[in-house]
Amino acid sequence: MSQQTVLVQNASGLHARPASTLVQSASKYASDVTLESKGKSVNAKSILGVMSLAIKMGDEVTIVTKGTDEDKALTDIVAAIQSGLGETV
Amino acid sequence: MDKQLHGIAAAPGVALGTSVWWRQVEVAVVQRSISASAVVAEIDRLTQAVKKAAEQIELLKEVTQTRLGKEEAAIFEAHLSFLADPTYVGEMENRIKNDLQNADYVCAQVTEEMALMLSSLPDEYLRARSADIQDVGHRLVLLLSGKQAFDPSLVKSGSVVIADELTPSDTIQLPDGIAAMVTKRGSKTGHAAIMARTLGIPMVVGVGNGLESIYDADVLIVDGSAGQIVVNPDASEQQEATKAIADEKEQKERAMAFANKLAMTKDGRRIQVFANIGGLKDVKKALAHGAEGVGLFRTEFLYLENTHWPTEDEQFTAYREVLEAFSGNPVVIRTLDIGGDKELPYTDFAKEENPFLGHRAIRFCLANPDIFKTQLRALLRASVYGDLWIMFPMIENVAEILAAKELLNECRQELAQENITVKDDIKVGIMVEIPAAAVMADILAKYVDFMSIGTNDLTQYTLAADRGNELVAPLYDAVHPAVLRLIAQTCKAANEAGIVVGMCGELAGDVTMTEVLLGLGLQELSMSASMVPVVKERLSYLQMQPALEVAKAVLKLENPGQVKEYAASHMSGSR
Repeated sequence: MSQQTVLVQNASGLHARPASTLVQSASKYASDVTLESKGKSVNAKSILGVMSLAIKMGDEVTIVTKGTDEDKALTDIVAAIQSGLGETV
Repeated sequence: MDKQLHGIAAAPGVALGTSVWWRQVEVAVVQRSISASAVVAEIDRLTQAVKKAAEQIELLKEVTQTRLGKEEAAIFEAHLSFLADPTYVGEMENRIKNDLQNADYVCAQVTEEMALMLSSLPDEYLRARSADIQDVGHRLVLLLSGKQAFDPSLVKSGSVVIADELTPSDTIQLPDGIAAMVTKRGSKTGHAAIMARTLGIPMVVGVGNGLESIYDADVLIVDGSAGQIVVNPDASEQQEATKAIADEKEQKERAMAFANKLAMTKDGRRIQVFANIGGLKDVKKALAHGAEGVGLFRTEFLYLENTHWPTEDEQFTAYREVLEAFSGNPVVIRTLDIGGDKELPYTDFAKEENPFLGHRAIRFCLANPDIFKTQLRALLRASVYGDLWIMFPMIENVAEILAAKELLNECRQELAQENITVKDDIKVGIMVEIPAAAVMADILAKYVDFMSIGTNDLTQYTLAADRGNELVAPLYDAVHPAVLRLIAQTCKAANEAGIVVGMCGELAGDVTMTEVLLGLGLQELSMSASMVPVVKERLSYLQMQPALEVAKAVLKLENPGQVKEYAASHMSGSR
């Protein structure tokens, strides 16, 4: 299992579009990907799950990956969030 | 029994038909424990239902795409993505396995939780998805129960469909030839109402519990323009409605002969008849109905149907396409008119007590010059592809005009430095929709090339009545003499200043008022495409001198009723 915590910098938080970009990048990996924030933990491959966290700008999220490609998955997803998930941050 | 019901006019037109209640099939979901050995079979039952639901939704998506287009079909994409979401169906499977509960029950339970979660999110767009997941959940529960849903494809042509509320997936399944739709709840801006307008089916929404007094197979007259329903009308009322429907049809057919003629009065006064468009999808219809230009191009669709602030290039492409389609005829493009009543998925407008009196339209744009300048640059770049007129909405004073023009100049200079060609003679004007602007029209006229009267907002601001509010909707009337006097004042000021004055609110397409508008001094009328030929025809029967007298007379009347009566008596006499 690998995990890392990052800060969300998108101005409107993880609203519809960045959330779906995140789900897409998580879905590329065989590993289980979990997103944890504010004491809740959800499946990062589920748009409903990610949206239910209602993550705002400045919130911390922890990405947990578990499986055969967990390290690569973690590096890539962390990079995707840090680069704004398709938005300029 | 002869009874009238009232609601919100959601899609125009009159219809006479027989009522059919569309009752959502109520499925009582029973909680049942299952044995561990039945888990596999129960999950399989769920999987089959999910598969079947996806097939049904795919089909709906295809039908919607053919009948209404890609944009409207997008909603079913959302439905499909819910079905594919591990948190949704996956969670149901988990609960069947872990809690040993039946599929129907866990489906209803998980759907309810998800809907609740979505409706509590801060984002309006996501909140609206709550109804979508309930729609999907209801479909699944129904499939699991093995019950037959109400089959809309069996609704006979000529029926008036009555329902508590209609979802887009309900509406699109109705076969061609439906006479009208009436619902207990719903709003004029809801999906179902938008679909009804696109399909040309009269619709009244928000009738309330009074609707329960209608039984299946009652005869109904539905007036989607007035928001009125007559239940079991007598023979003469039915005759009247039949005649109104036939007249409307005949009038439109006869008018089509005028579509391609230049709009002109009998005595040779040229009046420009333009169309209002809300996006690229309206261009074809506008041209087919003989619009001589665009009097109002609402640019909000670029912002509302988007996931980010539209870029300069995205906007440029849209503006260029419309300008080219109208090959050198005027296209009045209104800059962004948005505020606290709308929600954009990518930004948060400050919550306001009263968004219509708030930080919107030009006020918002001037406070957000980056957003505004992106639009202005896109407009300027598109200007070389046709006859562009730029219109600023909700102007209330000279300072706003100057500030907007200053930004426009800045953009012009920037583009010059970047060696991008911009047309020299772009007309710049304002929308007159705040009473203050109408009162001050002579002053404002000094600073602009044209004015266009937006009667919808001008009426609601002048009469302080929101027409979407059932309680005060009867007060809202664009032909109230107070509104007409403001229009007269604006026209007089513009004509004296030698600038163009037009009208782009719904009143412009009200053929019973064409003579009054002509007499008030309007030079251009812009309306929904289908009214263009009708107004052109009407103009061909009119002459300036009598029109001036009619206009003078109505300004002295006491209330909207008298204005309508006067105009109607004059209309029958002037053919």
